[in-house]
Amino acid sequence: MSGTKFTEDHEWISVDGDVGTVGISDYAQEQLGDVVFVELPEVGRQLEKGGEAAVVESVKAASEIYAPASGEVTEINDSLEDAPATVNQSPFGDGWFFKIKLSDPDELDALMDEAAYKSFVEGLE
Amino acid sequence: MQEQSDTPLKRTPLYDQHVACGAKMVPFAGYEMPVQYPLGIMAEHRHTRAQAGLFDVSHMGQVRVTGADPARAIESLVPGDIQALAPGRMRYTLFTNETGGILDDLIVTRRADDLFVVVNADCKEQDFAHMQAGMAGDATVEMLDDRALLALQGPAAAAVLARHAPDSGSLVFMSAAAMPVAGIDCFVTRSGYTGEDGFEISVPADRAADLFGVLTGEAEVEPIGLGARDSLRLEAGLCLYGHDIDTTTTPVEAGLSWAINKRRREEGGFPGADVILKQLADGPSRRRVGIRPEGRAPAREGADIVDKDGAVVGKVTSGGFGPTVEGPIAMGYVPVALAAPGTPVGLVVRGRTLTAEVVKTPFVAQRYAKG
Repeated sequence: MSGTKFTEDHEWISVDGDVGTVGISDYAQEQLGDVVFVELPEVGRQLEKGGEAAVVESVKAASEIYAPASGEVTEINDSLEDAPATVNQSPFGDGWFFKIKLSDPDELDALMDEAAYKSFVEGLE
Repeated sequence: MQEQSDTPLKRTPLYDQHVACGAKMVPFAGYEMPVQYPLGIMAEHRHTRAQAGLFDVSHMGQVRVTGADPARAIESLVPGDIQALAPGRMRYTLFTNETGGILDDLIVTRRADDLFVVVNADCKEQDFAHMQAGMAGDATVEMLDDRALLALQGPAAAAVLARHAPDSGSLVFMSAAAMPVAGIDCFVTRSGYTGEDGFEISVPADRAADLFGVLTGEAEVEPIGLGARDSLRLEAGLCLYGHDIDTTTTPVEAGLSWAINKRRREEGGFPGADVILKQLADGPSRRRVGIRPEGRAPAREGADIVDKDGAVVGKVTSGGFGPTVEGPIAMGYVPVALAAPGTPVGLVVRGRTLTAEVVKTPFVAQRYAKG
């Protein structure tokens, strides 16, 4: 998970070149409980950092997922449509949500690294 | 469920057990309640349908009504035929108001010397005052604060309970008896809120932890939280007060006319009888229906229901994902012209209209032990 950055809303973004892959953290999936549906953004959509990007529905409730950085959606994880529980099983792996072409990679500097996020989560418990 | 942040949350006698089981505790109806255990809502739901689940419903109001003729007295507040109940039999009924709306739904059990009434947690103070005022001079109302309530639900519930209460096997659906369970004096009803066979067990508060330990010690039994309780009752097509029914809905609109018994239809004599009996005769203008959206996206409470032209015709009152149905399910009110099963409707979720269809409830067949 080195190079992965986290938001205070529990999204993660892992950057390869100028493309970032976005998902939700293990803590987030644990808090949400069983995921039954994920609404992903359309490919080509422009996301603003902090703007609404996706929606996760658990048995109990719907939760919004925000873009950790600005950019254009280049790919979405279609497999979540038939297997939303992948988000619970593999939040940092096969349970990724979408990829964006970063419009301002410097935005990532404000996010937490893994160690900082870990202590942030510990502070919540 | 609105919470008053300035009042400290209450705890049921099983709070320590929930925490020890690893429950996630949330505020509900003024109590700290387990919304789920480590198993998770989906697995808890499925476990209850496959084996047996144990629910702490001690937040609900347990009330004893005594007097010369408590069955007659309570009929001034509800449209159910309570006088027709033989001792040991029980009935679902409603507190109605003068405009035919619903103040709460409740279960009344007739016992030899009194009525045993279970009301919703959110309404219990109000219901208690309503009963006291409405039956003043005819009956005495006593809140049984010294009792806890456990629900054991699922196809294995009867076998599990029989090990600790052999007499429980003689109860059929909607009947009740006092009996020892694991040596503890309890009042047991064969009823529940999951659509499955099962029991609700009223137990002295100071013995609740012992009973919880005995029952969760059985291999078939898992503790189940409020999250699965909600998805189970929704699949079973059962109303949740404050959501599917309230003071703005009548029993007829809610599809609960079966709870207004024949003699009461003829005699009236309950709050809002003029409105309700007229609706029974003429038919309501809208009805509560089951709705199944296509695809996997759930439509939640508050979502607009639209007709084929996109005009808003009603609102979803309960909606979510049904783990046994393996898809989204909802209930809501629509004009009678759109209430027939098979009618296409749309549900508006985040600005988009999901294709959906009116369906019969329950979504999952009820499996009561009717005897």
